[in-house]
Amino acid sequence: MIALLIRDMRLAFRAGGGFGLGLAFFLILAVLVPLGVGPDRTTLALIAPGILWVGALLACLLSLDRIFALDYEDGSLDLLATAPVPLEGVVSIKALAHWLTTGVPLVLVSPVLGLLLSLPVPAYGWLLLSLMLGTPALSVIGTFGAALTVGLKRGGLLLSLLVLPLYIPTLVFGAEVVSRGAQGLAVGTPLALLAGITAGAVALLPFASAYVIRINLR
Amino acid sequence: MSLKVTDLACARGGLPLLEGVSFALVPGQALVLRGPNGCGKTTALRTIAGLQPAMAGQIDSPPDTIAYAGHADGLKATLSVTENLTFWAAIYGTNGIDHALDRMNLRQLADRAAQNLSAGQKRRLGLARLMVTGRPVWVLDEPTVSLDAASVALFADVVRAHLAAGGMALMATHIELGLPEARVLDLGPYKARLPDPSSGFDEAFL
Repeated sequence: MIALLIRDMRLAFRAGGGFGLGLAFFLILAVLVPLGVGPDRTTLALIAPGILWVGALLACLLSLDRIFALDYEDGSLDLLATAPVPLEGVVSIKALAHWLTTGVPLVLVSPVLGLLLSLPVPAYGWLLLSLMLGTPALSVIGTFGAALTVGLKRGGLLLSLLVLPLYIPTLVFGAEVVSRGAQGLAVGTPLALLAGITAGAVALLPFASAYVIRINLR
Repeated sequence: MSLKVTDLACARGGLPLLEGVSFALVPGQALVLRGPNGCGKTTALRTIAGLQPAMAGQIDSPPDTIAYAGHADGLKATLSVTENLTFWAAIYGTNGIDHALDRMNLRQLADRAAQNLSAGQKRRLGLARLMVTGRPVWVLDEPTVSLDAASVALFADVVRAHLAAGGMALMATHIELGLPEARVLDLGPYKARLPDPSSGFDEAFL
């Protein structure tokens, strides 16, 4: 299991591994929005929580189709399915590797990008916390989507269409935490709901993903 | 310990391909499945490896004994030969890839990235993976494709050593493997009869 995590991380950082793709997208978005909207700080501060969360979500979405497609094409997925590791574990590890290579970097650069978007000072802590809590759900739900589309050539569009509706609750509550935090309001309820979605997704979706992969490998 | 297949029927894409396939393998034996393209060799092997359910029949083997190698070698292009093998050894909970590297003549290529290997060298690495699984039943699909004559002989030696150590091998191929002692099962006669079109599924709705 640890070996699989190390392998996936190593593959992500090697040439063509896709690490940095989401990060670059996130950066470009945060640089372009102030240019498009204009430099008015109050407007930017108002939309910053939403932009940052939408950016993180789309950046996550960009690298989803790589989770299983590459392993499917080179036959590794067949071999992993016949190996003495439970497929549920393989799926969870793959989601974890995706989170570590995509979600965590997004969380870490988000305060810097918040600065570009004139995010109000009290919101930074909440931005970090909400992304830290929310991005695992994005990876796990995305892994489920990737499992659903694994055998399809150019399944990227279908994957986006399947996954985006499932991302909406995470986006709504995540952005709500940050915008409430920016206004100095209580954030308990959206934060609890965000954490609940993540906990539920992490606990249940790997079983669904593993089942779907078994069907897709037939 | 043995692999026993009784009255196996399997389908690909919902279309029945084979039915009534029966054979048994005991330690030290190799069985070669033959038959024309599309007769269901790969499907039978995937079914036996547990990647898809059988339509009918039984596959009896002790759990966690089968190592499967398909058409694709399952190599990661950006990982080196050593890294690829070490990964699979860790997954199967075995250690020591040196033996496999030596036996498949990969020692000089150990640090090379898999993307820079030739087709035959990739295949050798894919077969070396079998040796690090430590499993007794090898289920191999076209194992000698793109291997040169010397490597085919190398592969035959490895399979012989595996059999001598109490292993079993089930292989599908239509070219010579260099293993004259292996039994041959022609899958041609086991072709599934096409279902009678008049008793189709649509009938139920008419």
